[in-house]
Amino acid sequence: MNNIIEILDLKKNYSSVEAVKGISLEIHKGEMFALVGPDGAGKTTTIRMLTGLISPDSGKLSLLGKNIKENKNFIQNKIGYLSQKFSLYGDLTIDENIEFFAHIHNIFDYSERRNELLEFTRLTPFRDRLADNLSGGMKQKLALACSLIHRPEILFLDEPTTGVDPVSRRDFWKILSGLIKDGITILMTTPYLDEAERCTRVALMNDGKIIALDTPAEIKKSIGKSILEVVCSPSRKAYKIIKESGDLEVQLFGDRLNIMIENRQENIDEIMNIFNQNEIKISGTRIITPTLENVFIHLINN
Amino acid sequence: MSIKRINAIIIKEFKQLLRDKRYLFVLFFFPVFLLGMFGYAVNFDVKNIKLAVMDNDNSKESREFIKTLISSEYFILSGYIEKDSDIKPMLDNQDVQLILVVPQNFSTELAKNNGKPSLQFLVDGVNGNTALIINNYITSAAMNFNAKIQTGFAEKAGITSLSPINFQPRFWFNPSLETTKYLIPGLIAMILIVTAVVSVSLSLVREKERGTIEQIKVSSVNTIEMLLGKAVPYVCIAMLNGILVLIAGMLLFNLEIQGSYLLLLLTTSIFLLAGIILGIFVSVVADSQQVAFTIAVFLSFLPSFILSGFVFPIDSMPPIIQIITNITPAKFFVAASRSIILKGAGVSAIYDQLMYLILYTLFFLILAVLISIKKEKEL
Repeated sequence: MNNIIEILDLKKNYSSVEAVKGISLEIHKGEMFALVGPDGAGKTTTIRMLTGLISPDSGKLSLLGKNIKENKNFIQNKIGYLSQKFSLYGDLTIDENIEFFAHIHNIFDYSERRNELLEFTRLTPFRDRLADNLSGGMKQKLALACSLIHRPEILFLDEPTTGVDPVSRRDFWKILSGLIKDGITILMTTPYLDEAERCTRVALMNDGKIIALDTPAEIKKSIGKSILEVVCSPSRKAYKIIKESGDLEVQLFGDRLNIMIENRQENIDEIMNIFNQNEIKISGTRIITPTLENVFIHLINN
Repeated sequence: MSIKRINAIIIKEFKQLLRDKRYLFVLFFFPVFLLGMFGYAVNFDVKNIKLAVMDNDNSKESREFIKTLISSEYFILSGYIEKDSDIKPMLDNQDVQLILVVPQNFSTELAKNNGKPSLQFLVDGVNGNTALIINNYITSAAMNFNAKIQTGFAEKAGITSLSPINFQPRFWFNPSLETTKYLIPGLIAMILIVTAVVSVSLSLVREKERGTIEQIKVSSVNTIEMLLGKAVPYVCIAMLNGILVLIAGMLLFNLEIQGSYLLLLLTTSIFLLAGIILGIFVSVVADSQQVAFTIAVFLSFLPSFILSGFVFPIDSMPPIIQIITNITPAKFFVAASRSIILKGAGVSAIYDQLMYLILYTLFFLILAVLISIKKEKEL
């Protein structure tokens, strides 16, 4: 049973909108898997179908080798879910929140596990504080602790780091790596491509479909192109010229241009020529491997 | 179904409830406040009517008649008037509500064999309701006086017992016709249903709003456990509230429960169940606390106030409105609890009302389930 999650041709419509247009996916045990895509790509819908919160219109869904519809109770005891909003009871303390989530997952001997989780998320000093009085990062860690109280085998995270400061985000990722070491499978959705790069495998989603599915490195290699980074001024004018010159893909980051090219010297010479003709000052160039962001924008544009 | 899981929800709900001091204050202050308001202010009894007298006769008979008026608790003598011209300004300024004018020949006409003694009453008719009640009081006062005089004459003439019918009305169940006693069952109904519908719907919709409902849905808790866990704390609170109002009614307004406490408890429980189902129905329909609150108040407060027979008698409503009154379970509870508290009625007397309540509950339960299935499908 290497595939802990199997999805086959999953579809879901919201009245007239097709949110998920038939996706197939296999996730292995112990993976840290990311569904990446812009808002409205169908990530949250997919994760909600996987947790059994909504039912798909068609397609097959199995978790831990079992069909989700027929084995809802069995599966729900083995999965943890962290929704976008860090759903906690603001008028209960950290301890009480964890206690409640333990009880509703049939865990009544929870105090040891709770101490362990609080230690792990470094929330022990705040355990008597009301959840409403916690910072965004602490709320997120508490929500994570609540979803881990029953030692789930699969953890579903829906945009877990949205609205959390960078330091807390790093902390959070450390905690996630710890979980992976313990053998938990993690499936997360994220709009941040830098987070996706840290996952073992990534599915890029757009408009209800998976447009790429592989390890981050393979996805980057797959398009067979490089990025020419040019630091120049005036950069805005340079961006316009390249954009209008034809079939080159270009992105502007401040005073830098990222131009996607076939990795050949004549291509670079050609671009340099255009810049010279238009009197654009170039203060540096280098070839970089494309980031997931470059690839993603390239794939969406095609 | 697991009792332990239901317990977890009940404990959590109580913790949240006890921490919300403002809500608790409203929950317990509101009923007592309403009772005070309705008990003391909304009173349909007319008492202490201010009366001025212009006694042109100034005889033993006229003074006797005035005495019979003011010896009852309905009239207070606020003064005598000397001149005709003083009458109008007194009524205009609303110094008094009633003026009695005794004509000069009152006692002489009374003494004659076929004399026509007359009295003039001037009633302030601005408040029509009060004026009508005043009119009834003075009519019966005059009739009593007549009867007394006639007996006096008859005795002088040597005839005994002239009046064939001795009219002595007695009101049962609420002998002194105090409106407060009549209002308290209705007040309890209103408080119970508002507490049940508003708190249950708000507490369920709050979970929707915060997203915690999803965490519960992915756990082992099923819908029935969830609803039971939510209902129990609010049933307790509402019951406590109802008992509080009942005790306040006993202490402040000398209310006495004539019937069986057990039957009252049973009726109240069935009624609360109806209220809670209505609350669940609201939470299924509404997605935000504001919407839920508005619908809950609209469904619970207004009908239980206007259509339940709490203040306005259903029998005097137009037939169509009488049919519409069936939308509130309070109607049946008010009728049943009045029977128990004031009349001491047994199960057989309120059987119909109990059946209605159960039917009502089932109807909304099925409706709530159907809508929630439909909503779930749309997700």
